[in-house]
Amino acid sequence: MGNKTPLYETHVACGGKIVDFGGWDMPIHYGSQIEEHHIVRKSAGMFDVSHMTIVDLSGVDSKKFLQYLLANDVDKLKTPGKALYSGMLNAEGGVIDDLIVYWLGDESYRLVVNCATREKDLAWMNTQASGFNVKLTEQPKLAMVAVQGPEAIEKVRSVVSTADADIIGNLQVFQGKVAGERMYCRTGYTGEDGLEVIVPDTEVVAFWQALVDAGVAPCGLGARDTLRLEAGMNLYGSDMDETISPLEANMGWTIAWQPESRDFVGRAALEQQKKSGPKFKLVGLVLREKAILRSHQKVITALGDGEITSGTFSPTLGFSVAMARIPAAAEGRCQVEMRKKNMDVEIVLLPFVRKGKQVF
Amino acid sequence: MSQIPSELKYLSSHEWVRIEEDGTATIGITDHAQDLLGDVVFVDLPDVGAEINAGDEAGVVESVKAASDIFSPLSGEVIAINEALEESPELVNADPYNDGWFFRIKISDTSELEALLSADDYAEACEAEEDH
Repeated sequence: MGNKTPLYETHVACGGKIVDFGGWDMPIHYGSQIEEHHIVRKSAGMFDVSHMTIVDLSGVDSKKFLQYLLANDVDKLKTPGKALYSGMLNAEGGVIDDLIVYWLGDESYRLVVNCATREKDLAWMNTQASGFNVKLTEQPKLAMVAVQGPEAIEKVRSVVSTADADIIGNLQVFQGKVAGERMYCRTGYTGEDGLEVIVPDTEVVAFWQALVDAGVAPCGLGARDTLRLEAGMNLYGSDMDETISPLEANMGWTIAWQPESRDFVGRAALEQQKKSGPKFKLVGLVLREKAILRSHQKVITALGDGEITSGTFSPTLGFSVAMARIPAAAEGRCQVEMRKKNMDVEIVLLPFVRKGKQVF
Repeated sequence: MSQIPSELKYLSSHEWVRIEEDGTATIGITDHAQDLLGDVVFVDLPDVGAEINAGDEAGVVESVKAASDIFSPLSGEVIAINEALEESPELVNADPYNDGWFFRIKISDTSELEALLSADDYAEACEAEEDH
C-alpha cells in the first residue's frame, strides 16, 4: 500500500484504476486514457497532482540561496507570483530534479518539486542552505489539482468566489497568485492553457466535485503522460536524471548563463561541457507505421547509438512519438531497434503538439 | 471482475476461442487481457489464407501500455480477419468477445481443442497470475 492523496477515495468511487506512482496510489485512468487525453486537448480535464511536493522558502537570504541552488535565475522574476522552471543540479551538472519556483513577493518563494524525488530534494536543499539565512517549510497539508484544456480556466472560474474568479482572470501565463489558503497558478504539464490550483487538503474533495459538476472530466496519470510527451515536456527519472546535464536534456534554455558572476551549483561543470560540446541531445522521434516506440529501445544513427527515454502512441497525432537521447550531431532519419526488427524513424525538434495542433 | 464467458475455450496467454456452428473457430483476447493492456491502438493480424499452427504467433496487439503477441490456440487456415480493428482498435476494449474478435480459422486438427482451458480453468489461471 502506498501513500494516498486526500482524493484517493474519490478516484476509487469514480472507477479510477489505481497504480503505484512513485510510492503513491494514483489513478492511471478512469476507463480510457485516450478519451481523457482528447478531452484535455478539446475542452477541460483535471488531474490530482496532490502527490507533488510543495516547499515554501522564506528568510532574508532566500533570493541569494535560490540563485545559488538553481541553474535558472530567480532574478528574472519581476512580478509577484511569476513562475520559473529550473533544474536543480549537482556539482557535476546532473539534474537532481526539475521544479517550478514562484516568487510570492519580498523574501517569499514557493517551490513545487516531484514526488518521487521528495526526500533527496529536501535533503539536498537543506544541505545547500547551510550558511544562508533561509527557512524551508514543506506543505504536506496542501493538495493540488491541475485543470487543463482550452475551457479549463473558464470552468474553474465558474466554481470559485467572484473575488477568486477575478484573480484567475488577471493571471498571466506562468504566473500564480495566493488567494487566502488557495493558490491559483496558470501552469501545467499538458501543452494546453489551464491552471494548477493548490488548495487545503480538507477542501480538495469539494473543489474536485464542484469541477466535476461543472463538466470537467477526471483524468488519470496515463493521459497526463501522453499529453506532456506530445508537449515535449521532460519527465524526471525518464528523460533526465542525476547523470544527465540540462544541455543533454533539451533544457539548455533553463540555464541562465548571465550574469557570469552568479555562481550556481553545477555551473563549472556546465561551462566545461558547453565548451567541449555536449555529446548527446534530446530530440523527438516520429514513427508513422503501425507500431509504438517505447522507452529504453535502442536508437541507431550514423553517428552512434542512442536510447528512447519516453515513447508512446500520440492520441492527437494518431501515430507513435518518442523523446530520445542521441548523438548531438545526428539528424534526418535514424533507426529504432523494435521488438522484432529495426524501424526507420524521423528525427524532429520538440515539441510535437501545442494547443491541440501538430507543430514539428 | 473481468468477464469469462462459460461457452468459450481459453489459453492461459489470454486468447479465447469460440467454435462456430459451421465448425470454424473465432479467436480474440479476453476481457482480462484488454483490461491489463489498457487502450488498444494497433492490432496486427495474420493474412487471410495463411496456414498457422497451434502456439504460433498470429499477430500483435499494441496498447498505450505495451505490445503483446497473440498466439493461435489452434492449427488451421485463416479464413477471415476482423478488418474493423484497422479503423477501430478500441473495439477490443469495448467488446472483446464479440465486435473485438481478431481472426477466424478453419480447424485442421480438432483434437487440439482438448488442450484448451475451460472458463473455470482460465479463471484459476488468471488468479494464479495475480498472486504471482
